Order: sequence, then C-alpha cells, then structure tokens
Amino acid sequence: MSDYFTVFGLPRKLGVDGEALQRRFYELSRQHHPDFHQGVDAERQAEVLDQSALVNRAYRALREPLARVEYLIALEEGREVREGATAKPKAPRELLEEMMEVQEALEEAKGEGLGGDAGTRLREERRRLEERYAAEATAVVGRTAEWDRLVDAGGDRRPLLEWFKQRLATRAYLRTVIGDLSDALGEREDQHVSYRRH
Amino acid sequence: MSRIVGIDLGTTNSLVAHVEGGIPRVIPDAEGRALLPSIVAWTGNGVVVGEAARRQLARNSARTVYSVKRLMGRGYDDVKDELARLPFEVTPQAEVVSIRIGDRAVTPPEVSAHVLRALKQRAETYFGEPVEQAVITVPAYFNDAQRQATKDAGRIAGLEVLRIVNEPTAAALAYGLQKLSQGIIAVYDLGGGTFDISILRVKDGVFEVLATNGNTHLGGDDFDRAMVDWLLADVKSRHHVDLSGDAEALQEIRLGAEAAKCRLSFDERTVLTIPFEGFTYHRDISRAEVEALVGPLVAATLGPCRQALADASLRAEQVDEVVLVGGSTRMPLVQRRVEELFGRTPHSRMNPDEVVALGAAVQAQILAGGITDMLLLDVTPLSLGIETLGGIVSVLIARNTTIPTLAREHFTTSVDGQTTVDMHVLQGERELAKDNRSLARFDLAGIEPMPGGMPKIEVTFLIDANGILQVQARELRTGKAASIEVKPTYGLTEDQVEQMVEDSFTYAEADVEARLLIETQTEADTVLNHVERALRQARDIVGAEERAAIEAARAALRTARAGTDRDQIRELTTALNQVTAPLADRLMESAIKDAVTSKRADRLLENS
Repeated sequence: MSDYFTVFGLPRKLGVDGEALQRRFYELSRQHHPDFHQGVDAERQAEVLDQSALVNRAYRALREPLARVEYLIALEEGREVREGATAKPKAPRELLEEMMEVQEALEEAKGEGLGGDAGTRLREERRRLEERYAAEATAVVGRTAEWDRLVDAGGDRRPLLEWFKQRLATRAYLRTVIGDLSDALGEREDQHVSYRRH
Repeated sequence: MSRIVGIDLGTTNSLVAHVEGGIPRVIPDAEGRALLPSIVAWTGNGVVVGEAARRQLARNSARTVYSVKRLMGRGYDDVKDELARLPFEVTPQAEVVSIRIGDRAVTPPEVSAHVLRALKQRAETYFGEPVEQAVITVPAYFNDAQRQATKDAGRIAGLEVLRIVNEPTAAALAYGLQKLSQGIIAVYDLGGGTFDISILRVKDGVFEVLATNGNTHLGGDDFDRAMVDWLLADVKSRHHVDLSGDAEALQEIRLGAEAAKCRLSFDERTVLTIPFEGFTYHRDISRAEVEALVGPLVAATLGPCRQALADASLRAEQVDEVVLVGGSTRMPLVQRRVEELFGRTPHSRMNPDEVVALGAAVQAQILAGGITDMLLLDVTPLSLGIETLGGIVSVLIARNTTIPTLAREHFTTSVDGQTTVDMHVLQGERELAKDNRSLARFDLAGIEPMPGGMPKIEVTFLIDANGILQVQARELRTGKAASIEVKPTYGLTEDQVEQMVEDSFTYAEADVEARLLIETQTEADTVLNHVERALRQARDIVGAEERAAIEAARAALRTARAGTDRDQIRELTTALNQVTAPLADRLMESAIKDAVTSKRADRLLENS
C-alpha cells in the first residue's frame, strides 16, 4: 500500500502547505471519485472505490499538523495505521501530583456532592488540565520543523520520534481524564463531544 | 446512458426532478402539481398514492400509511413509542417494522416503493419513455440501515438507485448551480420528519462537506403532534369529549393542526374549525401559542448545529452563508433561532420544498456525465466500529470522514482448529456497544483449521459514496477470500427484497387492471352524461320507439358500470353509442344549421 505522503507526491516531512494540499486533494478527487467513473465494469469500479478511499484517507491524515505527526509515528514504526489509535493513553510521571489532587477532589465530590467546594475544585482541575492538553499540542507542532531539518541533514530522528510519542500519549491520557471529570460533573456537553479526536 | 432522474423521497411530500438545458426542474403531474404527498392507501379499487390517498385519510385511516420515512430501516423497539400515535397497525417484529393492511403485511420499503413508482410513472409520462435509473436523497444523518432501506425501496419500485445523496448536500448542489458564493456554507434542513445540519466548504466547483449532524426523528410531524395534544386537551375542557381514542377525529385534528401551523407562518392568528358529531370545534390560534408549543423542539436542533461546527473546527461567525431547506423552516421561530445561533440572517432563495429534488437532479446529471465541473465530497455521519472484549466499541472510521473511505482490521482465532470468527459492527458515538446502533453481525467462515492465533484474517470495511457499508475478508496466510455471512440487525435480507421485487410485478399488473377499469368506467360515465343531455335537448325530435331503445341501453350500461367487468362495460358503452348514433346525427345537423344561421347573423351585424 502506498503511504499517504506518496499519494500526494510529498516527501515524508511534517511541514505541509495546507492550501496546496487542499488543491491537490481536489485534483485527485476529480481524477478518482466514483462520480466520474459510472458505467465501468465491476472490477474497475472496485479499483476506483479503493483509489478514492485512499485519497480521502490520505487527506484526512495529513491535513492537520497533529494528525500528521500521529500518522508519521505509525509510518516510521511500520505499523498499521488507524486514526486515533497511535497514541495509547499513558499516565506520565510528571502528572502524578496533579492526578492525586484530581483523585482527592473526586472522592470529596462523592461524599459531599458537587454543590459546594468539591464541584468548584473539580472544575478548576479540569480547566488546568485543558490548558495542559492544549499546551501538549502546541509543543508537538512547535518541533515539527526540527524533524524536517533532521530529515534534510540525515540526522538521527529516533529521539525526536520518541519525544513525539510521549507527548501524544500524555495528551491522550489528559483527554481521558478531562472526559471523566466532565462526566463526574455531569457536564459532558453531548454524549459524543470530540474528545476522541484532537 | 439512459435518463437519470433525481428524487426527493420526503416524509410528507416527494418530488421528482431532472436537468433540462442545464437547469434543474421539477417534473409536475398531469394537473401541474410538483409535490406528491408521501401517502399510500389501500382502497377497494387498489393502491392509491398521493393527493387521492390524502383526501380519504380520515375515512380510511387504518389502511392509509403516511410518514413512513420515519419507520425506514428501523426495528420495532425503535419506534414503538411512536406507533401508538399512528392510525395503522404495526406487527411487533424486531428486525423490520411491518404494517398490517387488512390481511396483508407491508414493510416501509414497500410503502415507499409505491411512492417511488408513482414518481417514476410521472416522469415516464412526461418523457414518453421508460425511466429506470435514479438518484434518491436521504437525510444526512440516516444510518446504514436507513440508507439500505431506501435503496431497497428503489429496487422494489423498479428503479436502479445509482446514488443515495444527503438532502442538505443536494440542496447545496442546487444552489451551487445558481452560483453559490464560495466559502463556508451551513445548510439547515428541517423537514417533515427529520433534521439535518451540514457545514460545507464550496471552492472551485468542489462541494466538500466538513461536518454533518442531525436527528432523524425531529421535524414538522413532531410539531403537529405537540399541537394535536394541546388541541385534544382543549376539546376535552371545552366540550367535555375525549377524542384521543377516535381514529377519524384524530386525523381531522392532525390535518387541521398542520394546516393551521402552515398558515401561522404567514399570519399572526388563524381560526381552526372542525365539525364533529354533535358539535363544531372552533378555535382561535395565535402564532405565539404555537411557538410556545414547538419552542423546545426547535431548540433541540441547535445542539447538533453546535456539534457540527465543533467537528468542522469552525466558529459560528466563520460561516459565510446559512441556507434554509425543508418546509418547516418557513416558521418564523425557526428562522429566528437559526439567526441567533449563526449571527447572520439565513436565506431560502430557492423554494425550500423543491430545492432537495433539484439538487438530486444535479447529482443525476453529474453521474450521467452532463456536468463535469462540479464534485460533491460528502461524509459519513456516524462513526463505524466493531465490538471488542467487554462490550467496548473500537472505532474504525470516525464520523465526518470523507466518503468513500475504508478501514482494514486484522482478526485471528483464539482456539486451536477454530474455523469461524464472528464480529459485530456498529454505528454511533458511544463507548459501549449496547448504546450504539447495531448494523450487522458477520460470520467469517471457512478459515482453515490452525492453532489458535495463527490465522490472520484481514477484513476491509468500506463505506461507499452512498454512505453504505461493504465488508470483505481474506485470510492472509492462504490468500483465500473468507466467506462472510451477514446478518443485518435491521432491514430486509437479500431474499426478501428479491421476493418484493417479484411481488411488485404482480401488483403492478393488478394496478394496471385497476387503472384500466377506472378508465373504462370514466368513459361510460362520459357517454351516459352526453346521452342524458342529448335527450333533454332533442325532446321534440325523438320518437317513442327510439326513446325506449335508448332508455334500455342506458339502463344496461348503468348496471354494468356499477360492477367491475371491464369488457361488459366497454361493450355496453359501444351499444349505447350505436343506438344513439342517428339521434346524434340529427342533433349535429340542427346544430350546424344553428351555427350557420348565427354566423350569417354575425356577418350581418359586422357589415352593418
């Protein structure tokens, strides 16, 4: 299977011109979309469908900087890629203290209900975690240019790849905790708010 | 390639359209009407569709089916709360809702097929040639089973459904042909039974859907229901009569409420008058009263709008244009709420009842190769996943992914010598399988016996451009395609659809019979009318013997006309024509004489 960078004729780098990517996506869609291949035989139709699906998946994986990093990690490790499955949530040690506080606040809320201090405290914890969550994304995107320089210079990319992985795992963990806190607060806006993704 | 029509198969009304000279147009019926009420009735004369079915709804409510779109692709448990409110009887059956009409059971796809067949015939009459291919629209938030049910309906009606298109996107296409501004467009589509919101980016002829959301059980029908409950309570308090158990009265109130609701979109007040046995119900209704009733329902559309914006990573103020689609958006309250949410005035420059059908026609034209500069890139509205250990859903394809798309997943066996693996496919956004929509259970069979964990089965889940799932599997070690047995959780099996297609031919013949009979009867009525008039006019020029012969022929035809023997009616019609022929000739002569005389008179007048 061709990798998504190849689909778009791009080098395996993280700096991507969004406008150009979109233009190319529209061009490729015009070439491969089933709408323009009506009345061909079943075998050709299946090929068209496969091609079109590949273009769509490739665009989805590359269009956002964070998704691009997730995809790159999977690609570098030669794993099957599935959206959102790259970063297994992992509790980072540096968050241990915060997590203990969250735990305490949750226990307190169980005993007293959310009306008083416990609710306020949980909301405050959640706000801090959300900030942290956003900061992780900024940090990852902030080092993508460094990756591209390493590619150009032929340097050792493994330490940076490892660092990307850790940051994304932390982020995935934060996402879960934020979701749990919202549940505890009875405030998860909708059953399916987009914590699943970025 | 033969002609492809675009069809909007709506909850309340359906339409068929096509592109003519580069412009999409709705195909009207013989009376010039664009909308076909999506109502099907089983009468003594056979199946009746549309306006005719609507007119006899109150009298024949147990055998008249409306709003069947809300039952498409659904199981009994999904709709049992609603069924109490529908006048027709539904058989408790888990997989497919089945409606009992006398001694016959019909499924929602079969009912819809009658509507589609009527539209197909309308188009065939219009073009004077067979129409066999169509693009049919569905609510964007329809799940796999609901889409499949719609496709099945097309097949039963004798239509090859080349594409299922989402209604809001179809509307965007129709606007697009009229040069929609480039940028971010929100399409707010509130119809008779369903609600959709779609956010699109329109650029260089590409219509890229960024996100969609909705509720397939929220629309004008629900507004009507809120009004009916309110009116029933009012009748009870003022006339001390409980009409909630009276099917005919309920239908009268429902139709009255619907009409009042529509009027109140343009007037501040209206009067509802319904004659019942023993009393006439008379009620002044203000727009404010109805707005108070439906307010919570309209508010329920705003959550999905916010979610769609969030999924598209957009804020409301980034939307360049808000388009209103669907009859329910005529309500000023709906327009106000949408304006508040998006911070800009929404518009419906194209007729909100017709725009979806016009868009379907545009998509049909794209598929026919007649339009090459427009491309629609739509998304799947719901996440697709499989059930894993502990009843947790593992998402394979996230909602709002551009379609077609696919995901591959590897499966293996857990026990030595195991030859089958089963999987459970679901659609929805919840973490637990039980909270999502079960699509189907798949049995992968024919795996060669190997130690547990050895087989490597690759399963491909592909969502095609219709938003419908296709599953393929192969064992990677042997390269053999594994056979898959699909047990759809909801919907018809392939065999059932096949049977219905066959049945539809039989019924189609019966329908033709019924139509021919009606035509013959109409012809007899025409002749009887003429003869009656002739006898009145020619009182002086008919002899007693001739009159007796004519009266006998008239009586014979009248008797035959009341029956169903088509040949006999035709013969007796001819006989009456023959026996009155000399009289007709004489009348004609005197008429010509009169005409000639009067013409002379005219000329004289002219010359004077």
